[in-house]
Amino acid sequence: MFRAIVFSAVPVGIITGIAITLMQMVGTEPLILKAETYENAGSAVPESAAPAEHSHAAAAPAHDHAMPAAEAHDAAGHDHGDGWSPADGFERTAYTLGANVLTAIGYSLVLTALLSMTNVSHGWRTGLFFGLAGFASVMLAPMVGLPPELPGSPAAELAARQTWWVATAVATAAGIGLLVLRRETWAAVLAIILIAAPHVVGAPLPPAGVEPLAPLELERRFIIVATVTSFVFWALLGALSGTFLKRLSPSV
Amino acid sequence: MQNQTAEKAAKPAVTSKTSNFVQSAMAACLGVFVIGFVGFSHLEVVHNAAHDVRHANAFPCH
Repeated sequence: MFRAIVFSAVPVGIITGIAITLMQMVGTEPLILKAETYENAGSAVPESAAPAEHSHAAAAPAHDHAMPAAEAHDAAGHDHGDGWSPADGFERTAYTLGANVLTAIGYSLVLTALLSMTNVSHGWRTGLFFGLAGFASVMLAPMVGLPPELPGSPAAELAARQTWWVATAVATAAGIGLLVLRRETWAAVLAIILIAAPHVVGAPLPPAGVEPLAPLELERRFIIVATVTSFVFWALLGALSGTFLKRLSPSV
Repeated sequence: MQNQTAEKAAKPAVTSKTSNFVQSAMAACLGVFVIGFVGFSHLEVVHNAAHDVRHANAFPCH
Protein backbone atom coordinates (compact mmCIF):
# COMPACT_ATOMS: atom_id res chain seq x y z
CA MET A 1 0.00 0.00 0.00
CA PHE A 2 2.86 2.37 0.88
CA ARG A 3 4.21 1.89 -2.62
CA ALA A 4 0.84 2.51 -4.24
CA ILE A 5 0.38 5.73 -2.25
CA VAL A 6 3.83 7.04 -3.14
CA PHE A 7 3.48 6.07 -6.82
CA SER A 8 0.14 7.86 -6.86
CA ALA A 9 1.20 10.98 -4.93
CA VAL A 10 4.33 11.76 -6.96
CA PRO A 11 2.70 12.17 -10.40
CA VAL A 12 -0.31 13.90 -8.80
CA GLY A 13 2.05 16.33 -7.06
CA ILE A 14 4.00 17.04 -10.25
CA ILE A 15 0.84 17.74 -12.29
CA THR A 16 -0.79 19.85 -9.57
CA GLY A 17 2.45 21.69 -8.79
CA ILE A 18 2.94 22.69 -12.43
CA ALA A 19 -0.70 23.77 -12.83
CA ILE A 20 -0.64 25.84 -9.67
CA THR A 21 2.67 27.50 -10.57
CA LEU A 22 1.10 28.64 -13.84
CA MET A 23 -1.86 30.06 -11.91
CA GLN A 24 0.44 31.80 -9.42
CA MET A 25 2.47 33.38 -12.21
CA VAL A 26 -0.57 35.36 -13.34
CA GLY A 27 -2.25 35.57 -9.90
CA THR A 28 -0.32 35.85 -6.65
CA GLU A 29 3.21 36.39 -8.01
CA PRO A 30 2.67 39.88 -9.53
CA LEU A 31 1.03 40.98 -6.25
CA ILE A 32 3.96 39.65 -4.16
CA LEU A 33 6.46 41.45 -6.41
CA LYS A 34 4.46 44.66 -6.17
CA ALA A 35 4.29 44.40 -2.39
CA GLU A 36 8.06 43.91 -2.25
CA THR A 37 8.55 47.27 -3.94
CA TYR A 38 6.69 48.85 -0.99
CA GLU A 39 8.63 46.67 1.42
CA ASN A 40 11.97 47.74 -0.03
CA ALA A 41 10.90 51.38 -0.16
CA GLY A 42 9.84 51.07 3.49
CA SER A 43 13.25 49.80 4.54
CA ALA A 44 14.97 52.73 2.83
CA VAL A 45 13.29 55.11 5.28
CA PRO A 46 13.33 53.50 8.72
CA GLU A 47 11.69 56.50 10.38
CA SER A 48 10.67 54.55 13.47
CA ALA A 49 11.76 51.22 14.88
CA ALA A 50 8.43 49.50 14.35
CA PRO A 51 8.16 49.57 10.55
CA ALA A 52 11.89 48.85 10.19
CA GLU A 53 11.27 45.66 12.10
CA HIS A 54 9.46 44.30 9.08
CA SER A 55 11.42 45.94 6.36
CA HIS A 56 14.51 43.80 6.51
CA ALA A 57 12.57 40.74 5.40
CA ALA A 58 12.75 41.48 1.69
CA ALA A 59 14.29 39.13 -0.81
CA ALA A 60 16.68 41.84 -1.99
CA PRO A 61 19.88 41.78 0.03
CA ALA A 62 20.64 45.53 -0.05
CA HIS A 63 19.36 46.78 3.28
CA ASP A 64 22.01 46.42 5.92
CA HIS A 65 20.96 49.71 7.46
CA ALA A 66 17.81 48.06 8.79
CA MET A 67 19.78 45.53 10.79
CA PRO A 68 20.46 47.50 13.99
CA ALA A 69 16.73 48.13 14.37
CA ALA A 70 16.13 44.47 13.63
CA GLU A 71 18.55 43.35 16.31
CA ALA A 72 17.02 45.73 18.82
CA HIS A 73 13.56 44.40 18.06
CA ASP A 74 14.31 40.78 17.40
CA ALA A 75 11.29 39.81 19.50
CA ALA A 76 9.42 39.60 16.23
CA GLY A 77 11.95 36.90 15.34
CA HIS A 78 12.13 37.15 11.60
CA ASP A 79 15.44 38.39 10.44
CA HIS A 80 16.33 36.53 7.29
CA GLY A 81 17.17 39.36 4.98
CA ASP A 82 20.78 38.82 4.05
CA GLY A 83 21.16 35.17 3.15
CA TRP A 84 20.95 33.51 -0.23
CA SER A 85 17.74 33.87 -2.13
CA PRO A 86 16.95 32.99 -5.74
CA ALA A 87 17.43 35.79 -8.27
CA ASP A 88 14.23 37.36 -9.57
CA GLY A 89 12.94 36.01 -12.85
CA PHE A 90 13.60 32.49 -14.07
CA GLU A 91 15.51 31.30 -11.01
CA ARG A 92 12.87 32.47 -8.60
CA THR A 93 10.10 30.90 -10.67
CA ALA A 94 12.05 27.65 -10.86
CA TYR A 95 12.35 27.45 -7.06
CA THR A 96 8.69 28.34 -6.72
CA LEU A 97 7.84 25.49 -9.10
CA GLY A 98 10.00 23.10 -7.08
CA ALA A 99 8.40 24.18 -3.81
CA ASN A 100 4.93 23.90 -5.31
CA VAL A 101 5.60 20.38 -6.60
CA LEU A 102 7.03 19.29 -3.23
CA THR A 103 4.11 20.82 -1.32
CA ALA A 104 1.65 19.10 -3.66
CA ILE A 105 3.43 15.75 -3.30
CA GLY A 106 3.37 16.14 0.49
CA TYR A 107 -0.30 17.01 0.63
CA SER A 108 -1.15 14.27 -1.86
CA LEU A 109 0.72 11.71 0.27
CA VAL A 110 -1.39 12.66 3.28
CA LEU A 111 -4.63 12.85 1.33
CA THR A 112 -4.06 9.56 -0.50
CA ALA A 113 -3.09 7.86 2.76
CA LEU A 114 -6.30 9.07 4.42
CA LEU A 115 -8.29 7.91 1.37
CA SER A 116 -6.79 4.45 1.61
CA MET A 117 -7.41 4.27 5.38
CA THR A 118 -11.12 4.93 5.08
CA ASN A 119 -13.48 2.32 3.76
CA VAL A 120 -14.91 4.40 0.98
CA SER A 121 -14.88 3.69 -2.72
CA HIS A 122 -12.00 5.45 -4.42
CA GLY A 123 -12.23 7.48 -7.57
CA TRP A 124 -12.07 11.10 -8.61
CA ARG A 125 -15.31 12.05 -6.88
CA THR A 126 -14.34 10.78 -3.42
CA GLY A 127 -10.92 12.33 -3.95
CA LEU A 128 -12.51 15.65 -4.83
CA PHE A 129 -14.46 15.71 -1.57
CA PHE A 130 -11.34 14.79 0.39
CA GLY A 131 -9.63 17.64 -1.43
CA LEU A 132 -12.36 20.07 -0.41
CA ALA A 133 -11.94 18.91 3.20
CA GLY A 134 -8.21 19.61 2.80
CA PHE A 135 -8.97 23.10 1.49
CA ALA A 136 -11.21 23.76 4.50
CA SER A 137 -8.58 22.41 6.91
CA VAL A 138 -5.36 24.02 5.73
CA MET A 139 -6.65 27.13 3.97
CA LEU A 140 -10.10 28.29 5.12
CA ALA A 141 -9.75 27.52 8.83
CA PRO A 142 -6.23 28.93 9.34
CA MET A 143 -6.98 32.02 7.25
CA VAL A 144 -9.81 33.03 9.59
CA GLY A 145 -7.12 33.90 12.13
CA LEU A 146 -4.06 34.27 9.91
CA PRO A 147 -5.08 35.50 6.43
CA PRO A 148 -2.61 35.09 3.56
CA GLU A 149 -0.13 37.95 3.87
CA LEU A 150 1.86 39.98 1.43
CA PRO A 151 5.52 40.65 2.23
CA GLY A 152 5.75 43.61 4.58
CA SER A 153 2.67 42.82 6.67
CA PRO A 154 2.99 43.13 10.44
CA ALA A 155 2.64 39.81 12.26
CA ALA A 156 3.14 38.14 15.60
CA GLU A 157 6.10 35.93 16.41
CA LEU A 158 6.66 33.25 13.76
CA ALA A 159 6.79 30.16 15.99
CA ALA A 160 3.54 31.11 17.76
CA ARG A 161 1.77 31.57 14.43
CA GLN A 162 3.12 28.29 13.10
CA THR A 163 1.91 26.46 16.19
CA TRP A 164 -1.56 27.98 15.93
CA TRP A 165 -1.68 27.26 12.19
CA VAL A 166 -0.79 23.56 12.60
CA ALA A 167 -3.13 23.10 15.57
CA THR A 168 -6.00 24.73 13.67
CA ALA A 169 -5.43 22.63 10.54
CA VAL A 170 -5.25 19.38 12.52
CA ALA A 171 -8.29 20.19 14.70
CA THR A 172 -10.37 21.18 11.67
CA ALA A 173 -9.38 18.06 9.72
CA ALA A 174 -10.18 15.87 12.72
CA GLY A 175 -13.54 17.62 13.11
CA ILE A 176 -14.46 17.12 9.47
CA GLY A 177 -13.31 13.50 9.65
CA LEU A 178 -15.50 12.84 12.70
CA LEU A 179 -18.53 14.47 11.03
CA VAL A 180 -18.13 12.42 7.87
CA LEU A 181 -17.08 9.05 9.28
CA ARG A 182 -19.07 8.72 12.54
CA ARG A 183 -22.83 8.67 12.92
CA GLU A 184 -23.01 9.15 16.70
CA THR A 185 -24.19 12.39 18.30
CA TRP A 186 -21.08 12.71 20.50
CA ALA A 187 -18.96 12.69 17.37
CA ALA A 188 -20.86 15.61 15.90
CA VAL A 189 -20.63 17.57 19.16
CA LEU A 190 -16.91 16.87 19.45
CA ALA A 191 -16.42 17.83 15.79
CA ILE A 192 -18.04 21.22 16.29
CA ILE A 193 -15.95 21.85 19.40
CA LEU A 194 -12.76 20.86 17.56
CA ILE A 195 -13.51 23.16 14.63
CA ALA A 196 -14.51 26.15 16.79
CA ALA A 197 -11.87 25.83 19.54
CA PRO A 198 -8.85 27.30 17.68
CA HIS A 199 -10.81 30.48 16.98
CA VAL A 200 -12.02 30.72 20.58
CA VAL A 201 -8.38 30.48 21.69
CA GLY A 202 -7.53 32.97 18.95
CA ALA A 203 -4.64 33.35 16.54
CA PRO A 204 -1.51 35.28 17.57
CA LEU A 205 -2.27 38.80 16.38
CA PRO A 206 0.14 41.35 14.94
CA PRO A 207 1.46 44.00 17.35
CA ALA A 208 -0.90 46.95 17.72
CA GLY A 209 -0.24 50.13 15.81
CA VAL A 210 2.00 48.67 13.08
CA GLU A 211 0.72 49.36 9.59
CA PRO A 212 1.29 47.00 6.66
CA LEU A 213 3.64 48.45 4.06
CA ALA A 214 1.51 47.51 1.05
CA PRO A 215 -1.82 49.29 0.43
CA LEU A 216 -4.97 47.63 1.78
CA GLU A 217 -6.39 47.15 -1.70
CA LEU A 218 -3.35 45.08 -2.72
CA GLU A 219 -3.61 43.00 0.46
CA ARG A 220 -7.31 42.26 -0.15
CA ARG A 221 -6.70 41.28 -3.76
CA PHE A 222 -3.92 38.97 -2.63
CA ILE A 223 -6.22 37.22 -0.14
CA ILE A 224 -8.86 36.63 -2.84
CA VAL A 225 -6.40 35.38 -5.46
CA ALA A 226 -4.53 33.16 -2.96
CA THR A 227 -7.79 31.63 -1.72
CA VAL A 228 -9.11 30.87 -5.21
CA THR A 229 -5.74 29.45 -6.26
CA SER A 230 -5.73 27.24 -3.19
CA PHE A 231 -9.28 26.09 -3.95
CA VAL A 232 -8.28 25.00 -7.46
CA PHE A 233 -5.12 23.38 -6.03
CA TRP A 234 -7.17 21.24 -3.63
CA ALA A 235 -9.90 20.37 -6.13
CA LEU A 236 -7.25 19.22 -8.62
CA LEU A 237 -5.11 17.47 -6.01
CA GLY A 238 -8.11 15.63 -4.56
CA ALA A 239 -9.65 14.51 -7.83
CA LEU A 240 -6.27 13.37 -9.22
CA SER A 241 -5.33 11.59 -5.98
CA GLY A 242 -8.62 9.68 -6.04
CA THR A 243 -8.14 8.72 -9.68
CA PHE A 244 -4.51 7.60 -9.32
CA LEU A 245 -5.12 5.66 -6.12
CA LYS A 246 -7.96 3.75 -7.74
CA ARG A 247 -5.69 2.72 -10.60
CA LEU A 248 -2.65 1.89 -8.50
CA SER A 249 -4.03 0.35 -5.32
CA PRO A 250 -3.72 -3.44 -5.12
CA SER A 251 -7.19 -4.86 -5.74
CA VAL A 252 -8.78 -5.63 -2.39
CA MET B 1 6.58 -4.70 0.75
CA GLN B 2 7.39 -8.19 -0.50
CA ASN B 3 5.61 -9.96 2.32
CA GLN B 4 2.39 -8.11 1.63
CA THR B 5 1.30 -10.47 -1.14
CA ALA B 6 2.31 -13.47 0.91
CA GLU B 7 0.33 -12.21 3.87
CA LYS B 8 -2.65 -11.62 1.71
CA ALA B 9 -2.58 -15.13 0.37
CA ALA B 10 -2.19 -16.71 3.80
CA LYS B 11 -4.48 -14.81 6.17
CA PRO B 12 -6.43 -12.40 4.09
CA ALA B 13 -8.67 -10.34 6.32
CA VAL B 14 -7.12 -9.00 9.52
CA THR B 15 -3.39 -8.93 8.80
CA SER B 16 -3.65 -7.22 5.45
CA LYS B 17 -6.00 -4.63 6.88
CA THR B 18 -3.60 -3.82 9.72
CA SER B 19 -0.61 -3.62 7.43
CA ASN B 20 -2.62 -1.44 5.05
CA PHE B 21 -3.30 0.96 7.88
CA VAL B 22 0.30 1.04 9.09
CA GLN B 23 1.63 1.58 5.59
CA SER B 24 -0.88 4.35 4.93
CA ALA B 25 0.10 6.01 8.19
CA MET B 26 3.76 5.85 7.15
CA ALA B 27 2.93 7.48 3.82
CA ALA B 28 1.01 10.21 5.64
CA CYS B 29 4.00 10.84 7.95
CA LEU B 30 6.28 11.14 4.93
CA GLY B 31 3.86 13.70 3.47
CA VAL B 32 3.76 15.71 6.69
CA PHE B 33 7.56 15.71 6.76
CA VAL B 34 7.76 17.06 3.19
CA ILE B 35 5.19 19.81 3.89
CA GLY B 36 6.93 20.72 7.14
CA PHE B 37 10.25 21.07 5.34
CA VAL B 38 8.94 23.24 2.49
CA GLY B 39 6.41 25.29 4.44
CA PHE B 40 7.65 25.52 8.01
CA SER B 41 11.42 25.10 8.12
CA HIS B 42 13.18 28.01 9.84
CA LEU B 43 16.30 27.47 7.71
CA GLU B 44 16.84 30.71 5.90
CA VAL B 45 17.81 29.11 2.60
CA VAL B 46 14.67 26.94 2.58
CA HIS B 47 12.55 29.93 3.52
CA ASN B 48 13.93 32.09 0.73
CA ALA B 49 13.64 29.37 -1.92
CA ALA B 50 10.02 28.59 -1.01
CA HIS B 51 9.16 32.20 -0.15
CA ASP B 52 6.42 32.88 -2.70
CA VAL B 53 4.82 29.48 -2.15
CA ARG B 54 4.64 30.10 1.58
CA HIS B 55 2.90 33.40 1.02
CA ALA B 56 0.47 31.94 -1.53
CA ASN B 57 -0.39 28.99 0.73
CA ALA B 58 -0.91 31.24 3.75
CA PHE B 59 1.83 29.41 5.64
CA PRO B 60 3.02 31.70 8.44
CA CYS B 61 5.99 33.59 7.06
CA HIS B 62 8.49 36.28 8.07
